[in-house]
Amino acid sequence: MTSLADLLNQRSVIVCVGAGGVGKTTTAAALALDAAQRGRRVCVVTIDPARRLSDAMGFDVDRAIGNEPQRIEFDGKGELWAVMLDTSITFDALIRTYAPTEEQAQTILDNEFYNNIAHSMSGSHEYMAMEKLYELHNDDRFDLVVVDTPPTSNAVDFLEAPDRITQFLDHRLYKVLVTPSGGFARVVNFAAQGVLRTVSRIVGASVVDDAIDFFANFDGMEEGFRGRAEAVHDLLIADDTAFILVTVPRNDAVDDAAAFVTTLAEANIEVDAVIVNRVHPSFATKRALRTDDPALTPFVDVLNQSVAVATGQDQILSTLSTVLPAGAIVKIPFLDTDVHDLTGLAALAQWLTPSGDTPTD
Amino acid sequence: MDPAEFFAASRVLIVAGKGGVGKSTMSAALARTAARAGLSTLLIRLTPGGPISRLFAQPDLTKSEQTLHPGADEGESDVRGRLVTPDEALAEYLSDHGLSRITRRLSSSGAIEVVTTAAPGIRDLLVLGRVKGLEARGAADLIVLDAPAAGHAVSFLQSPTGLRGAVGAGPIATQADEVLEMLADPSRCRVMLVTLAEETPVNEVVETAFALEDEIGVALGPVIINALVDVPEGLDTDLDATFDTLIATHAPKISAADTAQLRDAATFRLRWAARQREQVTRLSELLPLAHLTTPYLFSTEPGPQDLETLADALSIGIAELHEDHA
Repeated sequence: MTSLADLLNQRSVIVCVGAGGVGKTTTAAALALDAAQRGRRVCVVTIDPARRLSDAMGFDVDRAIGNEPQRIEFDGKGELWAVMLDTSITFDALIRTYAPTEEQAQTILDNEFYNNIAHSMSGSHEYMAMEKLYELHNDDRFDLVVVDTPPTSNAVDFLEAPDRITQFLDHRLYKVLVTPSGGFARVVNFAAQGVLRTVSRIVGASVVDDAIDFFANFDGMEEGFRGRAEAVHDLLIADDTAFILVTVPRNDAVDDAAAFVTTLAEANIEVDAVIVNRVHPSFATKRALRTDDPALTPFVDVLNQSVAVATGQDQILSTLSTVLPAGAIVKIPFLDTDVHDLTGLAALAQWLTPSGDTPTD
Repeated sequence: MDPAEFFAASRVLIVAGKGGVGKSTMSAALARTAARAGLSTLLIRLTPGGPISRLFAQPDLTKSEQTLHPGADEGESDVRGRLVTPDEALAEYLSDHGLSRITRRLSSSGAIEVVTTAAPGIRDLLVLGRVKGLEARGAADLIVLDAPAAGHAVSFLQSPTGLRGAVGAGPIATQADEVLEMLADPSRCRVMLVTLAEETPVNEVVETAFALEDEIGVALGPVIINALVDVPEGLDTDLDATFDTLIATHAPKISAADTAQLRDAATFRLRWAARQREQVTRLSELLPLAHLTTPYLFSTEPGPQDLETLADALSIGIAELHEDHA
C-alpha cells in the first residue's frame, strides 16, 4: 500500500471525496500544503470553503476574480496555489471554448435556461469541479492538483456528472424538436408539441421558450462537450490520479465512506487512502473502573465514558477495514487540530504525514 | 414556557442544519417531546434511511404513514412518520392536475428533466406544497419536517420565491404563493436550526439563520445546540494542582497506568467542554436566538432510551425558555 507521503510526492492529481461536514475542504488544503512543503508546485481547488479557512490560507476573496489560481505565500520550498471554484464562471468558460462564435456563446450565456443548468442543475458543481481539475492538470505551472469535491452523498455523482450533463445537453427532446418536418418526423414533432404544451401549462410558456432557444443555440457543440467529458473521465481513472476518502468516526459517515469505496471500485477506481478526522483518544483500559468514593466518582465516570467512545469508535472504523487495507487509514485526533491559519494547516499536515518523511527523489 | 404551548405555536416545525450535526435525530426528539406534551405529531422525512427508525425501534419510513410511538403515558399523544419524496410529489402534482395520462410520456421523453431544469426548485416546492396540504387538512397537531442539510435548506425554502418569478401565472405560481404564505406566517410555520458547539457548524448556522430570515422571512425558533458534553461536579478543577493529591488521598493503591488514564480522560473532557463553551458563547454573540441544548450521547447506536434522554433535555430547555424566545 502506498503511503500518504508517497501519494503526495508522486501523484499529479489527488481527489478528496467524502460526505459533507467531515472536514474535507480543510483536509484537502492541508494535503496541498504538505505536498508543497515537499517541494512540489501544488494547486488546490476548494469549493465554498468556510471564510476562516480562506482567511487562514491568506486567500484574498476580493482578488479572486475569474476563478483563477492565487499564489499562497508560505515558508517552504515548493509552491502553493489555490482556486475557489466558481461553477458559473467555469461553465461559462467551457461554453466560450466550444461555441463556434463569440456571438453564439453570448446568446447562450444570456439564456435563463442555461443559467439554471450552470447554477442549480444537480451535478453541475461536480461536473465543474472535475472540469477545473482537468484544466489545471494541463497547466504547466502545477505538478499536483488537489481537488476538494462537493459534499455529495453519492460517490459516483462526480464521476458521472460530466456524462450525465453532456447527455442532457444532447437531449432527445431537442432532437425531436429540430427534426425537419415531413413524413414520420412530422408525427414525432407533433407529439413533441403536445408535450411542450403540457410543460408550458405547468411552468409557463417563457420557461419553455428559453429551453428551446438554449437547445437551438447549443446545436453543434455537443461533440466538443462529449469529447471533453471523456477526457475528464480518463484523467480520473488514470494511474497518476489518487483518491483520498475523508470521513469521521460516526456510523452514518463511515457507512457512507464504505459505500464510496465499493462504488468507486465498481468504476475501477481504487481508494488510495482514508483520512479519519476527529478521532477521540483511545485508552488502554478496556474494563470499566469502579469506585464508591464520591471524590473519585466523576473521574471514573468520565474515564468509563471515554473508553466507551473509544471502543464504539473502533467498532465503527472496523467497517472500513473490511473494505480497505488497514495501512490505508490515517487518523487525525479530535481537538488537537484547529485550523485558523497556515500554521494550523501545517500542524494538520504533520498529523497526516508525521515528520521524518522526506521526498523520495 | 410550557412545552405544549411552545409546540402549539405553529403547526409546522421545519428542522434544518448542516450534515452531521444530528438534524434527523433532533427532528425525532422534537417530535417525541411534542407528543409527550400531548400533541399528536407527524414526522416527515424527504429521503429514506437515517437514524429515525433506530431511535423509535420501528421500520424505516415509507410513503405511507406509520406509527413511530403510540404515546405511552397519560396525557401523551402519538408520533407518526412518513416520507414525502420530491419525485413522488411531482408525479402526484401532475396527476392532481389532470396530467396523469401524459406523465409517462413526459418522463419517457425526458421532458421531466427539462422541466426541473427549466424551473429549478420545482421538486422542493412540490414537497413544501405537500407539507402545506397536510397542514391545511390538519393531518396532525404538529408536523415536524426533517429538512435537507443546511446550504440546501436555504435553497429548499427559497424554491417558492425563485419559482414565483420564473413561472408567471398558472398552477405552480398558485402553489408557490400558498407555500410562501405559510412560510411567512409564524403562527403556521417555524424553522428550528440545529448545530454543534464547534467552529464550522456555528459559522454555518449563523449564515443559514440570517439567510432564512432575510431572504425567506420565515420565523426562527430557538437554536438547538446538540451533543454538549458535561463536566461532572468534582471534575471541574485545576487538575495540575489537585489531581495528584486527590489520588494520593483517595486511591493510594491505584496503578500508575490507571492513574494516568483517569487524568488523561479528565484532561480531555475539560478541554472538550471548554472548547464547546467557547463556541456556545460565540454563537450567542453572533446570533440573537435562544438556545436549547441536548447532551452528547455516549452510545454508538442511539435507540429509544436515548430518544427519551434527548426529549427530557428538550422538555427541560423549553420549560426554561422565556416567553419572548419561543
